[in-house]
Amino acid sequence: MTDLTELGVAQIRDGVKAGDFTAVEVAEAFNANVAAAQEALNAFIVATPEMALDAAKATDAKRAKGEDLGKMGGVPIGMKDLFATFDVQTTAASHILEGFKPQYESTVSQNLWNAGAGMLGKLNLDQFAMGSSNETSYFGNVISPWRKAGSNAQLAPGGSSGGSSAAVAARLAPAATGTDTGGSIRQPAAFTGTTGIKPTYGRCSRWGVVAFASSLDQAGPMARDTRDCAIMLEAMAGFDPKDATSLDMPVPNWEELLSADLSGKTVGIPREYRMDGMDAEIVALWDQGVAWLKDAGAKVIDISLPHTKYALPTYYIIAPAEASSNLARYDGVRYGLRDLPEGANLQDMYAATRAAGFGDEVKRRILIGTYVLSAGFYDAYYTQAQKVRTLISQDFQKAFEECDVILAPTTPTPAFALGENVDDPLSMYLNDVFSVPASLAGLPAMSVPAGLSKDGLPLGLQIIGKAFDEQGVLNAGLALEQRAQFTAKPEKWW
Amino acid sequence: MSVDTATVAKIASLARIKVTEGELEAMVPELNGILNWVEQLGEVDTSNVEPMTAVIPNTLRLREDVVDADPLTGGGKREEVLANAPVAEHGFFGVPKVIE
Repeated sequence: MTDLTELGVAQIRDGVKAGDFTAVEVAEAFNANVAAAQEALNAFIVATPEMALDAAKATDAKRAKGEDLGKMGGVPIGMKDLFATFDVQTTAASHILEGFKPQYESTVSQNLWNAGAGMLGKLNLDQFAMGSSNETSYFGNVISPWRKAGSNAQLAPGGSSGGSSAAVAARLAPAATGTDTGGSIRQPAAFTGTTGIKPTYGRCSRWGVVAFASSLDQAGPMARDTRDCAIMLEAMAGFDPKDATSLDMPVPNWEELLSADLSGKTVGIPREYRMDGMDAEIVALWDQGVAWLKDAGAKVIDISLPHTKYALPTYYIIAPAEASSNLARYDGVRYGLRDLPEGANLQDMYAATRAAGFGDEVKRRILIGTYVLSAGFYDAYYTQAQKVRTLISQDFQKAFEECDVILAPTTPTPAFALGENVDDPLSMYLNDVFSVPASLAGLPAMSVPAGLSKDGLPLGLQIIGKAFDEQGVLNAGLALEQRAQFTAKPEKWW
Repeated sequence: MSVDTATVAKIASLARIKVTEGELEAMVPELNGILNWVEQLGEVDTSNVEPMTAVIPNTLRLREDVVDADPLTGGGKREEVLANAPVAEHGFFGVPKVIE
């Protein structure tokens, strides 16, 4: 019998529907992989094998009655622990939310359960999604299933969706939810040889997603390939009146309309992304990507995104500013941790609770955000950053007058070792140099695994599209995928 | 612009995060490193640029002015609201005494 954990979303959905295997068999196989890998990879904060089984039983029962199984019928998934799940601990990988059991379900997770998916567990992440290596989680690092050839050094699975990327790469889940604020879906996907798409801002409801930077946060799927991402994104997306920024637009049939034929399409190559001192392997991969897209029928042109170099500093004003505001809600009163020193008053309790409950990176960002929003500095930092954000967005609008999608690397390097960047916040931030601009402009963008480094580590290529044109992004991603033929997977050591 | 220990202590107080002297000392160079780096934004000419307010053009919606339009976010949820409170007493959130 085939190893069911080698199957992706489409194969599981179709196989369950055809009766090749049952949803319960699939859930049991993934539950076993989750349990076996937990100690070594630490991808999950909480495993929920019984929930995966219950959903699978429901799917099998529907099939017996001849009912529709849904877009994700019989597919067990991992849920990033940033999504509120009813009565299942939701922590954002923080101490301050340890033990928090929401009495409601996030819109995105509910959409997935309505589509027939089941939950394998809550996936580890960088604390409050702040990080690029999954080293800021209160519940410990996630270890990438990938290793450099001939080395046992522990590598970063990327962040903040590091549990998601590690779980999909290690076959602990056929797919997982991620969220992307400055690259937190695309960078971990690139580091682990998986595929992930951040849709247009507003496609997926933010209701019930622990907020980091609300004008940037956007959920999306992480899976093995483009088709699986298309299927899962259809299930996740949709208008939600409970989110004021939710897009009131129909969800297209992305899967049905997938096409790797790029005839008549124009691909832009942003010259500002070709930076001094760039990794030669990344440059070569990018050139290879250009050749692949030409082979798929696309015309390739040079474009300019002149404000690219300002994207990261813009992001590191706006995101901390919004975070400092969003995280003001953690006060030790309504939910989560409370630290009440002997004789403390209310103000002391707030300060003690937040000191005990937030990790170093979270505190750092709250302080930066508080500073740039404070009287006297607001215009110089925050207003200026919002103006530069307008210019960055206009750069993309101008570029898209000439091209349909943009091709760029996802990350400047392959996965780095755990511990390599933790002492220098700035060097960690620079990891997001290629992913942050699309986030600031709210554009759909995906990472597709496209090759291996000389050390045998995955490398990703990024496609950025026009607002609302997830189809164009997915199609270009599919064209890359078909030519890259990326079949490498981490050798099992866990 | 750069921050000193007193400024960081002030920011931490505004953010309601208790910090020790040692933490303050460590944070000053870290925050200055980040602030000096973001200051390059000052070189961008933004004299005729509007600050971004919505990344995707969007008009704010109004909902029907009815009670419990969406039961999930409507009223009558006291038990659920208090379910995760560190201290809940008599149907309220419990906090240290705030009035002398």
